[in-house]
Amino acid sequence: MKILVTVKRVIDYNVQVRVKADNSGVEKENVKMSMNPPDENAVEEALRIKEAGKADEIIILSIGEEKCQETIRTALAMGADRGILIKATDDIEPLAVSKLVSKIVEAEKPGLILMGKQAIDDDSNQTAQMTSALLNWPQATFASKIDIEENTAIVTREIDEGLERVKVNMPFIASCDLRLNEPRYASLPNIMKAKKKPIDIKSAEELGVDIKPRIENIKISEPPTRQKGVMVADVAELVQKLKYEAKVI
Amino acid sequence: MEIQRESMEYDVVIVGAGPAGLSTSIKLKQINPDLNICILEKGSEVGAHILSGNVFETRALDELIPDWREKNAPIKTKVQKEKFLFLGKKSSLSWPTWLLPSVQKNHNNYIISLANLCRWLATQAEDLGVEIFPGFAASKIIYDDDNKVIGVQTGDMGIDKAGNNKDSFEPGLIINAKVTVFSEGCRGHLGKEVISKFNLGSNKSPQQYGIGFKEIWEISEDQHDEGLVMHTAGWPLDNSTYGGSFCYHAEKKQIFIGYVIGLDYQNPYLSPYDEFQRFKTHPAISKILKGGKRISYGARALIEGGLQSLPKMHMPGALLIGCDAGTLNMPKIKGSHTAMKSGMIAAETINEYISKNRPLSEYENKFKKSWVYQELYTARNVKPSFQWSLIPAIIFTGIDQILFRGYLPFTLKHSHADHESLIPANKAKRIHYPKYDGEITFDKTSSVYLTGTNHEADQPVHLKLKDPDLPINYTLNEYDEPAQRYCPAGVYEVDVVDQNNPKFVINAQNCIHCKTCDIKEPSQNITWVTPEGAGGPNYANM
Repeated sequence: MKILVTVKRVIDYNVQVRVKADNSGVEKENVKMSMNPPDENAVEEALRIKEAGKADEIIILSIGEEKCQETIRTALAMGADRGILIKATDDIEPLAVSKLVSKIVEAEKPGLILMGKQAIDDDSNQTAQMTSALLNWPQATFASKIDIEENTAIVTREIDEGLERVKVNMPFIASCDLRLNEPRYASLPNIMKAKKKPIDIKSAEELGVDIKPRIENIKISEPPTRQKGVMVADVAELVQKLKYEAKVI
Repeated sequence: MEIQRESMEYDVVIVGAGPAGLSTSIKLKQINPDLNICILEKGSEVGAHILSGNVFETRALDELIPDWREKNAPIKTKVQKEKFLFLGKKSSLSWPTWLLPSVQKNHNNYIISLANLCRWLATQAEDLGVEIFPGFAASKIIYDDDNKVIGVQTGDMGIDKAGNNKDSFEPGLIINAKVTVFSEGCRGHLGKEVISKFNLGSNKSPQQYGIGFKEIWEISEDQHDEGLVMHTAGWPLDNSTYGGSFCYHAEKKQIFIGYVIGLDYQNPYLSPYDEFQRFKTHPAISKILKGGKRISYGARALIEGGLQSLPKMHMPGALLIGCDAGTLNMPKIKGSHTAMKSGMIAAETINEYISKNRPLSEYENKFKKSWVYQELYTARNVKPSFQWSLIPAIIFTGIDQILFRGYLPFTLKHSHADHESLIPANKAKRIHYPKYDGEITFDKTSSVYLTGTNHEADQPVHLKLKDPDLPINYTLNEYDEPAQRYCPAGVYEVDVVDQNNPKFVINAQNCIHCKTCDIKEPSQNITWVTPEGAGGPNYANM
């Protein structure tokens, strides 16, 4: 079985994101970029499934600018086998991503697709679901445990009420939660080896997918800053302030 | 059980991808493309741990990569104008630039981000075939039986707080090399080890350090003057404390504003961080910042000792270069070009060592014949004169630098190491710093947030106490535990919730790898060691 894992290059989670002065987007110049954290869990899970003898090849797919190759290399250094980069501008939207993923699935015929549950930059949380619809495959989102059996899998999902266990038929698509596993570190020798692993570079045109954005971004701005707190002397003053100044009661 | 470690072989392993280490690798590949070279960098990427003013003198780069302009180096903003202000509490006096010593004139220099220059140098090095590994800290030196350095070991990853291996445990590996180059920057923790092990600092003055702060601001158009370089001395420091500010107007309406304070300050109540914050409230400075927005913050210790404190830079199997040794030119307030040149000289020495069997001690002769030595020689008397306090020092510096151009027939010495300079708290005057206004001055927490610093939470604390009880049993009483104040990131706290039983708290996750604690702790009780690779700040354009 082949496993297809998608990875996105995003601003590192430690970086304080800053809105550009002209409100057209966020500052990315010289900002540290890394793999979207839940995507790391997806890569790790694929590696564990392969190590358990249930898969024989892991393909890493990323969509975006040239530098996404670095993100693919990170996954290859963790142990994945080969990569595919589809070149696109970084304003690409989830529906276009889903269409591109479907095209790769047609060509590669994986038995399982693993994705991060959402990207920490746009927080869309749509790609796995839309890909599932386009492919007409079962989906198991927010997976915190995946047990692959013969032709089915049991997936534990993190939901608001607690945990939900679902049984899905293979092939299926899972979106991975951070609780799924603890991703491994890439070792130095494996980083060296990863430099020699193949990355296939494709374009959206050759796959016949129109990736033009459907949404127009009007303005990106920072959330309003929190107002300073005040100390009140007693409950009466608190009620007074809530009623007449904050006007919330 | 003994950990099984993999090993890799290189001709040269370089510790630290700063200007010195990167220049070494580039020069080596230029003279001998067949050499296998790797660079280990503890930051999550090249540049992530680089912080510098920076007004850049291109001399070393002109020699290393003469066509840097065509290769689109991030060196764009030429210095257009210079100002030097003496600050009183409310007043400011502009010092005529013609009365500045020539080392402080910057008309041929550029305002740059050193982090971005390093990122660019790294791509140049990689194009030549150098292998750079960010996220890997060199944590240990490997010696052979004759005490010759034969390589380094990278840090183990995936160890929990208590020292046990986690699921993700990945043992560090051994990198063997014919030559190891230590270029960790000021107070590198391996550099510190070899200086003491090989006695490299014997017959030298104790090294002198400073702590430097830097913020990047986006300011309003009418206050911005691209290419302006401004320095100040005076307020808020008293005349016996060495320090001053810089304010460089870069491109895109940004300014790089910062403050440097000598770590030989005496009052344990002094808080370098708060001096910097207070400095920004001076009318001459706050008018520049009003209506602007702070976008970055960081701090780093720097070398101030100069030639008198420069240790021997070679040892069996290894070289110590850049500010890991201490090549910064203090009166010039520049260390990038000297660090780069020290690396280029290292490259020549290493190549002759590997291919012609010449000794590494040749480094010393080559260094002495270079312009770096000349620069450091003529600069040598400026910093030590400041032990006489500000006014006599300025008069002396005028005579030394303007009349004699640094060639006075004697050399002043540094008398003490920085950790010896504090006076006991009961003899010192408390300093009351103003409250932060959240517009021009900020608390440490919101500042540290801007550094993007992070360390895996479940790992051993990387700030080691030789005696864990000393902070409470001795330092708190004697010096009111100055770590609370000299740390620019709020790592150290004394928890007095239970007044009879105060606790010393180390928030190691906040650490921004500035090394000040390792330098200033009066009993040298704190040792900075490398945390898990990729930990530490994530500076963008510093």
